[in-house]
Amino acid sequence: MIALVDYGAGNLTSVRKALAAIAADVYVPATPADLSHASGVIVPGVGHFSATRALDAAWRDAIIARLGEGRPLLGICVGMQWLFEGSAEAPDCPGLGLLAGSCFRLTGGTYRQPHDRADATGVLKVPHVGWNALRMTRDAAIVDGVASGSQVYFTHSYAAPVTGDTVAAAEHAEPFASIVQRGQVSGVQFHPEKSGEVGLRILRNFIEIAR
Amino acid sequence: MLSKRIIACLDVRNGQVVKGINFEGLRSAGDPAELARRYNRELIDELVILDVTATLESRRALADTIRAVAQELFIPLAVGGGIRTEADAAAAIEAGADKVSLNTAAIASPPLITTLASRYGSQAVIVAIDAKRSGDHYAVYVRSGSTAAERDAVDWAREAEARGAGEILLTSIDRDGTKAGFECEMTAAVSRAVSIPVIASGGAGGLDHFVDVFTAGAADAALAASIFHYAETSVHALKAHLRAHGIPVRL
Repeated sequence: MIALVDYGAGNLTSVRKALAAIAADVYVPATPADLSHASGVIVPGVGHFSATRALDAAWRDAIIARLGEGRPLLGICVGMQWLFEGSAEAPDCPGLGLLAGSCFRLTGGTYRQPHDRADATGVLKVPHVGWNALRMTRDAAIVDGVASGSQVYFTHSYAAPVTGDTVAAAEHAEPFASIVQRGQVSGVQFHPEKSGEVGLRILRNFIEIAR
Repeated sequence: MLSKRIIACLDVRNGQVVKGINFEGLRSAGDPAELARRYNRELIDELVILDVTATLESRRALADTIRAVAQELFIPLAVGGGIRTEADAAAAIEAGADKVSLNTAAIASPPLITTLASRYGSQAVIVAIDAKRSGDHYAVYVRSGSTAAERDAVDWAREAEARGAGEILLTSIDRDGTKAGFECEMTAAVSRAVSIPVIASGGAGGLDHFVDVFTAGAADAALAASIFHYAETSVHALKAHLRAHGIPVRL
């Protein structure tokens, strides 16, 4: 059974529907102690990094204890950012610190449009919303069967740095980590539950890892 | 590179897809779940389900439509039309919508934008603006384009962003249903005034209209309904055309 941690950040409906579509057994733990029988743990998230404050010491300890017992952990969007040391979005709110580095605000920028129409300068806005390509930097079980260049759906303003833990990067005026993995810890900046077949494949890969 | 999004709008009434010309004279075009499946096969980037009548009876059918579509499609799904309260938004999100689109209600009660953004995140809140050219500016209309809101579209888009909106869905009333092309000047004016994405709507009639709105119109996404519904243009053919013109798309 996969534990889907509900800490009140946004709604879990979409993630639950996607997990149901790939026939994953999922439960929402009511207390940290309920993680003790999780075959894998998913920390979703949308919105502001400070929402992760609801994941207090008891939740952190239970998640880390389950990892220590060899069970995998997947962070989605803000849930992935939380795996790092922290985020500029909420500097007084520490992350779990399993991955080195801190999340930063995307700066956006401009690009040259293919046409010399009314305005040849295109704008790369922040938030970064929409479908963007994964650029694979190394192999990992979480991306089994996913081709470099596959597009996935993002919606965020803050991002994690590209480090040795990065499996796939993405570009939005600057590179950032879009998939990370270190040991049994994985994270995706985009929304696999909203990224069509590619997203479902990544969720399936996690379910396999948690078997 | 971030792709320009192509969004299909399913205008529904009592669980059936319809499409009007200038918001009037609706004609039926099919089952929403079946259309959604077809769009998904053609690699549509996102779907909007718009309840065009928003009566109490229609809203019950709407929840069923959302559930039917969200059950099998795993791409972003937005819902609009008749969302007036936090409870209306909660019902749509509960049924499987990722985003709700506020139009008349946002003008009537701007704090609703902030309430929903705080509860679900800004990414879940679209403010829809229906506007038409009025002299040297763009005037906002509400109640399906029937009532002047006495607001300027650029100012209102800025305010909506400041209140927590995550995207703007901008419809040209002048162009809606005409197939004469998107209102690029208005789209560019709004898009350059805000940092959140702007979805252009109203007037799509041919492939080059989309090229125009993504370049001259500075749109981040474009929405269309009838051009896809009646299979005049497949989503795939449109994206291939955009790519051939150097516009980044998901194909």
